[in-house]
Amino acid sequence: MNLLGLYTSLKIRSMANTINTADLKRQHLFDMLFRNGTRIFAFLVLVLLGGIIVSLIIGSLPSIQKFGLSFLASSEWDPVQENFGALVPIVGTLVTSFIALLIGIPISFGIALYLTELSPKWLKRPLGIAIELLAGIPSIIYGMWGLFIFAPWFGDNIQPWINDNLGTLPLIGEFFQGPPLGIGMLTSGIILAIMVIPFISSVMRDVFEIVPSMLKESAYGLGATTWEVVWNVVLPYTRVGVIGGIMLGLGRALGETMAVTFVIGNAHELNKSLLMPGNSIASALANEFTEAVGDLYTSALIELGLILFFITFVVLSLSKLLLLQLAKQEGKRT
Amino acid sequence: MFADGQKIKITARSFNFYYGKFHALKNINLEVPEKQVMAFIGPSGCGKSTLLRTFNRMYDLYPGQSTNGELLLDGKSILDKNMDVNLLRSKVGMVFQKPTPFPMSIYENIAFGVRLYERLSRSEMDDRVEWALKKAALWEEVKAKLSQSGLSLSGGQQQRLCIARSVAVKPDVLLLDEPTSALDPISTAKIEELVYELKADYTIVIVTHNMQQAARVSDFTAYMYLGELIEVGKTDMVFTNPKQKATEDYITGKFG
Repeated sequence: MNLLGLYTSLKIRSMANTINTADLKRQHLFDMLFRNGTRIFAFLVLVLLGGIIVSLIIGSLPSIQKFGLSFLASSEWDPVQENFGALVPIVGTLVTSFIALLIGIPISFGIALYLTELSPKWLKRPLGIAIELLAGIPSIIYGMWGLFIFAPWFGDNIQPWINDNLGTLPLIGEFFQGPPLGIGMLTSGIILAIMVIPFISSVMRDVFEIVPSMLKESAYGLGATTWEVVWNVVLPYTRVGVIGGIMLGLGRALGETMAVTFVIGNAHELNKSLLMPGNSIASALANEFTEAVGDLYTSALIELGLILFFITFVVLSLSKLLLLQLAKQEGKRT
Repeated sequence: MFADGQKIKITARSFNFYYGKFHALKNINLEVPEKQVMAFIGPSGCGKSTLLRTFNRMYDLYPGQSTNGELLLDGKSILDKNMDVNLLRSKVGMVFQKPTPFPMSIYENIAFGVRLYERLSRSEMDDRVEWALKKAALWEEVKAKLSQSGLSLSGGQQQRLCIARSVAVKPDVLLLDEPTSALDPISTAKIEELVYELKADYTIVIVTHNMQQAARVSDFTAYMYLGELIEVGKTDMVFTNPKQKATEDYITGKFG
């Protein structure tokens, strides 16, 4: 910023006087420095990304060589026999993140909608600040709150109800059976939902706010209700931002370590029931890296990290594809 | 002012409007005749658009805005708390300063408003879309690309799409808020022609900064200044023989 300010003041000064070559040269120098400086910063991202990928691949080579593709399909995790498989943490990561989005997206949408369209003016600011504060709470606090306060309450009050009501349903029933332990995949998903809501809702609020009021008025002018305006006009208009916000939340949910480690139960077991403990990639890494003895154990953990990286990449690519598809539907491309 | 038997569509009596404490419209008395074009002219900030936006209660969307006095559509109070605002707006369509196509296909832009009130079969909807686009003199230009985005059209076409969208709901009144201010002269001419044709079926109120436009398209003209209605009358009378000195000054360009 300072460099830019200096540059601008130089420019203005030189325009006021007659231009002399020394000034001009200095300007060119600054311009070049500025351009190359920003370029270096931009390329730094690529270098970092490449470096991380390469070191993850190198680190996980022993494990890849030993287990091959079966690493992805095996639910074994036996440090003593040195037999490792990533299925349990992969499933745990995907399932908890999915639950988080399933709960988080509608709630965030509601929050953003209320804040931009319905809330009285005096309430907007305090609510907005509260959401930003929620986003600022360190994840370990969520984890401790989840473990000591939420999980026991959830186990005592909600899980029995889930067992009795959802657990008896056909088809989906078996996802909701099990002892009311409090901790588990569902609890992790709910804690994650609470953690992603501030991210998704504040992005949604920001993009909803940039919708031109004239566009909204035209829809209201046809006699549309607030819901119809938001659903048919505001949401399509802002979908790039909305999906970006959801991806931001999903990225956080996929990689969240501390809070999940506290409440997921860290059990390398594959269970159909969401009430049972499981494991996620990030919490497996956090829990076991310190005690990983032997190259293969460490390497298997690093491969888990690589897989998480890959999952994030796939998710991002899918969101881009989704955006393209939506643009096609809208008729921008034919 | 009006010929015998001329039906009055909108009536304002001692009508006042406030933005918070600011008194934006002062004691407006006005009658808008049915199936005629009435133009609101006056310098910026005189309340033309504000008055227009009270006819479909657009001000309802924003807190702190209030009215008193009487405002009637077909003799029924627009301001009535029990008036269904959505229904009112389906009867009183509005077109804005800038084209505002919805982020969807041309077809859907038209169908959106219709679907809010009517359940039409696919073929009925096709007919309605075609009818509305023809009314807005846009059909020939877009009939081959109905599934493309409304945003892919030119500015003038977009504005006609917005008019078609309003017409498709079959309103009684069309409010045009400086509909040509963002358009080039050719598009403007097309919209003006359209206004002339649409008045056979609709009561039209148009706000304009362009006095030639008011003179060209309207049957009646209302001159406003600082929130007051200074003069209203037949357009040719207002332009050739204004009763008020202020109107004359504005029209002849001495002021404003």
